[in-house]
Amino acid sequence: MILTRPPLKCRELVEIVTDYLEGDLSRRDRRRFERHIAGCEGCTSYVEQMRLTKRLLGRIPEDSIPAEAREALLDAFRDWRSETG
Amino acid sequence: MDRGNPDLELLDRLRGGDESAFVELVERYHSPMVRLARTFVPSEAVAEEVTQEAWLGVLNGIGRFEGRSSLKTWIFRILVNRARTRGVRESRTVPFSSLEREGDEGRPSVDPGRFQDEGLWAAPPRAWEDQPEERLLSAETRAVIREAIDALPASQRRVIDLRDVEGLSAEEVVELLDLTQVNQRVLLHRARSKVRQALEDYLGGTS
Repeated sequence: MILTRPPLKCRELVEIVTDYLEGDLSRRDRRRFERHIAGCEGCTSYVEQMRLTKRLLGRIPEDSIPAEAREALLDAFRDWRSETG
Repeated sequence: MDRGNPDLELLDRLRGGDESAFVELVERYHSPMVRLARTFVPSEAVAEEVTQEAWLGVLNGIGRFEGRSSLKTWIFRILVNRARTRGVRESRTVPFSSLEREGDEGRPSVDPGRFQDEGLWAAPPRAWEDQPEERLLSAETRAVIREAIDALPASQRRVIDLRDVEGLSAEEVVELLDLTQVNQRVLLHRARSKVRQALEDYLGGTS
């Protein structure tokens, strides 16, 4: 017996998009997801936006360490080094 | 020992007392550690303090590091342990609930008003492909992203920062934060959905 599920709705898709991008959907759900975006421009854009969001998050440069904290850590390092010899 | 692994090379130098190796580590991880600590403790000053303590823990434990995890997750683990302990202590004065409650459980990822009754888009998102790369990577866009992250509940901030900003794997984050896989994914999903919304608001809305 094959249980066919109704097509995915846009409102549902936006709730499982992370499962999709993380590769955590079952094969069946994945196919259902891909079938939906194949015919839906809005959801195609939505998935792309989520991908881009992830990509941009990965491009945020690190703040530099405050000089004061850096000095304190260097002192701690020198103490540690002289103790451990 | 695998010489191709930059972690191990750094570790060797550090164990040998090479100050520049320590500086390199500190430059790389101090800021993300302070941000991570801040999700457990009530102030920036305490987060800085906890991170300093964690570095001492790193130095004192470096002889015992066996390379079963990456150096980065090992360092973050030390930080999380300290920050968590400190957070519990501080929560006597700051209600713990305000640190840990998400407050948005069950809320939809996208404003329900953007869908028709049948659940299809009424106001679909517009493709960002037409956005020039310089704009996407501009300081202003970064500030929008940073602000959106800062507005997240601590548990979501922690996960999106480690996963998407720091690039840790789902498995590493699950381990580090003692989350279930499902929980990790849910927190990541809520966080990413909100950052996406902030970017959409900034870059120009619906079609």
